[in-house]
Amino acid sequence: MSKTQKIFIGFSLVMLLTTLFFGMVSSFAFLYPELYNKFLPFYQLRPMHVSAALFWIISGAVACILSLSKDTFKSRETGTSKAFIVVWIASIITVFIFYSFRKFGGREYWEFPPVLCIPILAAWLLLMLSYFKQWQKRERKTPLYVWMWTTGIVFFLFTFVEQNLYQIPWFRETFLRELTVQWKSNGAMVGAWNQMIYGSSLLLMVKISGDQQIARSRKAFFFYFLGLTNLMFNWGHHIYNVPTASWIRGVSYGISMTEWLFFINIIHGFRTRLSEQNKFRHLLTYRFLTASEYWVFANLCLALMMSIPAINRYTHGTHITVAHAMGTTIGINTMILLATIGYILKIDEATSRQKEYIRKGTSIANLSLILFWLSLIVAGILKGYRTVALQINNFQEMMAPVMKVLHVFSFAGVFLLIGLGMVALQFLKILLQNEGPEQPPLLNWQSIKAEAKQKIEEKKTTSI
Amino acid sequence: MKKILLILCIGFAIYSLAVYKYGSTTKSSPTPAITKGWNIWQEKNCQSCHQLYGLGGYMGPDLTNVASEKGTAYMKGIIKSGTTRMPDFHLKEQEIKDVIAFLSWVDQSGSSKVSDTSVHWTGTYTIEAP
Repeated sequence: MSKTQKIFIGFSLVMLLTTLFFGMVSSFAFLYPELYNKFLPFYQLRPMHVSAALFWIISGAVACILSLSKDTFKSRETGTSKAFIVVWIASIITVFIFYSFRKFGGREYWEFPPVLCIPILAAWLLLMLSYFKQWQKRERKTPLYVWMWTTGIVFFLFTFVEQNLYQIPWFRETFLRELTVQWKSNGAMVGAWNQMIYGSSLLLMVKISGDQQIARSRKAFFFYFLGLTNLMFNWGHHIYNVPTASWIRGVSYGISMTEWLFFINIIHGFRTRLSEQNKFRHLLTYRFLTASEYWVFANLCLALMMSIPAINRYTHGTHITVAHAMGTTIGINTMILLATIGYILKIDEATSRQKEYIRKGTSIANLSLILFWLSLIVAGILKGYRTVALQINNFQEMMAPVMKVLHVFSFAGVFLLIGLGMVALQFLKILLQNEGPEQPPLLNWQSIKAEAKQKIEEKKTTSI
Repeated sequence: MKKILLILCIGFAIYSLAVYKYGSTTKSSPTPAITKGWNIWQEKNCQSCHQLYGLGGYMGPDLTNVASEKGTAYMKGIIKSGTTRMPDFHLKEQEIKDVIAFLSWVDQSGSSKVSDTSVHWTGTYTIEAP
């Protein structure tokens, strides 16, 4: 691993720690605003938490691609990718400087002044330049994970530009147009980073099992196209209650129902995965992947419910939306990213003390995430029921029982910080210790075995 | 593989253009005061605590229809001095007027609540734009 890549992985992990810290502080600022309003108000803390989370996921996803693509494309690190890392990190640090002076101006998730989108865009273009230079060296029968990385990188650019179209006055001619385009791009952007992250997860499964077919089968490609279709057309659930043209709601509702196929596939493959889990459960990297699979199942159930407009009427604008957002970003994206970074850092070769810390941290994180996620769902059900069914118009009165549940959420958040913090700090420690020359990934047991067998066969033939 | 990808991308491009052009049918361009109010809304990061059409933060109430439900005087009072949960942003008189103009404009775009009668047996619903 090169020095710049090490810095980039380290930066991503620092972003994760920043997310956790600001997440915990802002949850208390939400409960007790009178204590925070003077010095560190919620409206300042929330963008720090949300942007840090966004940058952790995107930086982590790209850091994994940059490290893994070197092996995949058999290429070296380019100057352009180093330039990307420098501009990207500098832009994000600038964003946080602006936040600390309470300088906003953007919109949800991207609350910094829009001018800062220029260096972020420049950095992404540098990344694309470097990636596509390497992409030309791909093998003829390109494995699916390469397609997924490419899709994610290209669609991130598209959605990021679309996210900023509101700078053109035509898009602000009506409030509904602006809102529709904003949430169209936000929704599709999630799909874009999922493609990058799931791509790395697929490569990891290939490396662990040694089965190349996983990334080349027809079934895998079918689900890739299904995911891509959902990325493109299934963002409408964000704006079901906005009085836009009805066909937007119809298209999104129809496409979202294809997600049942993912659901059926998970149930169908459950037994196979269970036996796989038993086989590889000694591997820490695999533990993260297993956790992410359970979270995929739980969040898919939630997403399917929320995609039905009649149900969405109750869940929209409630904490169920937050449960879905946090369940996917922490339970799925973070777990996969930790698995991939762990693989790159070779955590399965770490000292037993370090591994024990990571194991404990993962357990604390997953247990507290269950409580965290469930408390948000309960808070959401209460808010939805009191707003839609009981039609309580007084906000304080409507929120009174919801606030009680949110105390449980904040309590679980503290343990989430401890659990994921333990993992991230151990990863950083391993990253700093990791100075040796590059070695072939040791997790690829099957291919190592196959190579050894082949060598013995070759020796036998030459001796004959 | 490439063919399917191409068809999907073309479909996505056409769909995106259709959403931009025909996604919303209301026509009510913002005045300079509304645009100023909109910018203040973003600069003060109001969306981190408040929602418009259920999108935004969870700290305070949804403000989509606050103008018609509570009136201008109420909005002015809250923005001017804040509450125990909302800090005072020390906005100037004109800035407060601009924010109110923006919220009143949002209010005219529709209702954030979907009525029972709009729900169809298929699970979807139709909302009439004002």
